[in-house]
Amino acid sequence: MDSVQKEVVVRTVDVVKQYGEGEAAVRALNGVTCEIYTGEYLSIMGPSGSGKSTLFNMIGGLDKPNEGSVFVNSVDIAQLTPKELAFLRCHTIGYIFQTFNLITVRTALENVTLPMLFAGLTPDEAEERGMKLLDLVGLGHRYHHRPSELSGGQQQRVAIARSLANNPSIILADEPTGNLDLKTGQEIIDLLRSLNQERNVTIISATHDHKMLDVSDRIFHIRDGVLALVETREELDRQRSVPHI
Amino acid sequence: MQTQFKNLDPPLRVAWGQALASIRVRFLRMLITSLGVALGIAFFCSMQTLRLGSPKAVGQSPEQMQWLIGTSLIMCLVGVTNSMLMSVTERYREIGTIKCLGASDSFIVKVFFFEALLLGLIGSLSGALAGTGLMAGMMVATGNSPSFGGSMQVVAIGTVVGMVMTVIAAIAPAIQAAKMPAAAALRVDV
Repeated sequence: MDSVQKEVVVRTVDVVKQYGEGEAAVRALNGVTCEIYTGEYLSIMGPSGSGKSTLFNMIGGLDKPNEGSVFVNSVDIAQLTPKELAFLRCHTIGYIFQTFNLITVRTALENVTLPMLFAGLTPDEAEERGMKLLDLVGLGHRYHHRPSELSGGQQQRVAIARSLANNPSIILADEPTGNLDLKTGQEIIDLLRSLNQERNVTIISATHDHKMLDVSDRIFHIRDGVLALVETREELDRQRSVPHI
Repeated sequence: MQTQFKNLDPPLRVAWGQALASIRVRFLRMLITSLGVALGIAFFCSMQTLRLGSPKAVGQSPEQMQWLIGTSLIMCLVGVTNSMLMSVTERYREIGTIKCLGASDSFIVKVFFFEALLLGLIGSLSGALAGTGLMAGMMVATGNSPSFGGSMQVVAIGTVVGMVMTVIAAIAPAIQAAKMPAAAALRVDV
């Protein structure tokens, strides 16, 4: 990719996030400025407590920074009303969590269709699209099962289908493989990578998992609340001398 | 690419469906919560029914009766608030998740409103019927029967009081939870 052609989907400018007040205050992010491009697979890495989940929350509009700005599709999310923020989360961003976070009282299909109903689809349209998405993640036959009746890997697949509900331009995945065994984790990574390539959806993943490195276009290393290092695919390939994926 | 914001909220039936699904799946938990509501309202209604009888037979002055009813109302309020508060706070995480999926704050409040309305109706009506019925039965046995119309009025008052209390007790923490940043609601572990 030539840098001139890259379209920026998320931009952060001097983002500072502080938890607590006074002496007990902790600066989780201490001035992070970065750009994320459309269609890339980005991993945010860093030790626990480095601020990567906080950065993830800022990018996803789940929390607001104390200082600085976050732009998603050129919109400063700090300026949005709660309703506009809900609209952004509904249409532009899909979320995947370490703990899956499916709605326990709803079936797999209902979990996938809920965001579509928020977006104004009729139940019939939502069901049809929801079944297609469940088929896409290989769970079409288990659409009527509730989360408690599915394995961890299956739950994460439902969560991925749900994140795609309204054709978002960004998928945010917070440690998506953190609660899965190695093999299932690899399957989830492969699924995310194929969605990234086939649908050109930007994937931003906060992770500890080194398997993620193999599929990432770029890696942000966060340390002590600052963006310490940005590695590109080419640099990684050179270091590891593995073929380009 | 610029996001075009529209002011959309899903139709009420989506919130209603979510409330019904929640009650259906957590049926036992909901039953216990509504039992808490029912007990409070039963006590309140039994005191109200006692007032219907002749003051002499009851053996209490009007002031003592007012005191009893006031106490029963406070006990009922504490019971209902406690039950509803518990059932909302244990679901902060769910609220955070639904926010991530694009639910507006008002959608979340609507879900809890419908749930509380249903729970309040079931709990208060059964509590009011039980409290009034039992007390009226005892009064009939002692030859001090309350009027049927009066008893029905007590049932109606008890049901409405219970529903209003339940809805207020559920809506207040739900509004607070809905206004939280999604990340904060997701972090809450109860």
